[in-house]
Amino acid sequence: MKTTRTLHSLALFAIACSASAQVSVSDPWVRATVPQQKATGAFMQLKADQSMRLVAGKSPVAGVVEIHEMAMDNGVMKMRQIPGIEIPAGQTLALKPGSYHVMLMDLKQQVKDGDTVPITLEFVGLNNKKHTMEIKAAARPLNASAAPAAAHQH
Amino acid sequence: MFSIACSAGVASLFGSFPVVRFSRLIAITLSITTASLLAGCDSKTSLARFHAIDITGAPHAQDFRLKAADGSERSIADFRGKVVLVFFGFTQCPDVCPTALTRAAEVKRLLGPLGDRFQAVFITVDPERDIPAVLREYTQAFDPSFIGLYGDLAQTRKTADDFRVHYAKVPTGSSYTMDHTATSYLFDTTGALRLAASHSLTATDLAADVSALLDAATAHKK
Repeated sequence: MKTTRTLHSLALFAIACSASAQVSVSDPWVRATVPQQKATGAFMQLKADQSMRLVAGKSPVAGVVEIHEMAMDNGVMKMRQIPGIEIPAGQTLALKPGSYHVMLMDLKQQVKDGDTVPITLEFVGLNNKKHTMEIKAAARPLNASAAPAAAHQH
Repeated sequence: MFSIACSAGVASLFGSFPVVRFSRLIAITLSITTASLLAGCDSKTSLARFHAIDITGAPHAQDFRLKAADGSERSIADFRGKVVLVFFGFTQCPDVCPTALTRAAEVKRLLGPLGDRFQAVFITVDPERDIPAVLREYTQAFDPSFIGLYGDLAQTRKTADDFRVHYAKVPTGSSYTMDHTATSYLFDTTGALRLAASHSLTATDLAADVSALLDAATAHKK
């Protein structure tokens, strides 16, 4: 079971390369939905060797993909689209419940636990150079928590 | 009990320090005593009975009258004998709502056999999109016993106002998201409002509070 999980994680680990910059995405996951639920969030960890901005996304399962930030303001949850997320060089930036997520909206189908959801991420690096990367995010149950290992059970 | 333990600590400190540093010692002793008051000494005689905020007697959040997915009307009185957790949210919420409902499911699990006397109620602030079927599937994905409630726009606004819950539609792209209060309210087994639990409270602390409310109800019966 543990080996399977490790292999699974490795399979979902993607690296985008170009001559000048590199971004890696680890542990990408999407929260599963119930039928007719039209939106959900994708979470992951991003690391880049040069500073980059995650600026957009696309996915065949969603009509609209936005970069969102969640914040608590005096007990009120506020979720906002933001123009991008800075990934400082060499640091790991986590998109996780309680902070950033990639918002998948206008869903074309239910996302079921165990599904693999392709998402194309778009980054802007130095000199406004664009990088795109396709990741495959595993769908975890609706009640998955922020902690990846604990929630990842099949 | 409390004062004896703390005084003994103070006395032994005085005994072990030279007199010349008396003023500094007093400062240290005072700070230690204060710390003891806040942490060590009063842990067994806790001033606060609950981890969540005790709002017993507050004039708001007295009741609701909304529909369940099967069309039946529900209010607090329907859950008499159970501690009821009320959370306002919407199903297209990727973060706070699943986290709050996952915590509620964890609370129920932590309560063990007492979990049958805990009822989570999810009130949608987005009744236009959260049709009954979606609400039912959504709440039951966390625990089969959890109930989703909805009203029309006016009922939803009135209920939220009664609970002092803020919510607002916020356009995003071609769609919209909802800002909303992330506090969970807890009612005791008699249907009286008792606690307000912030989003950051842990499942363990919340379960202890629910357990305390259930204990109080049992003690009251005896």
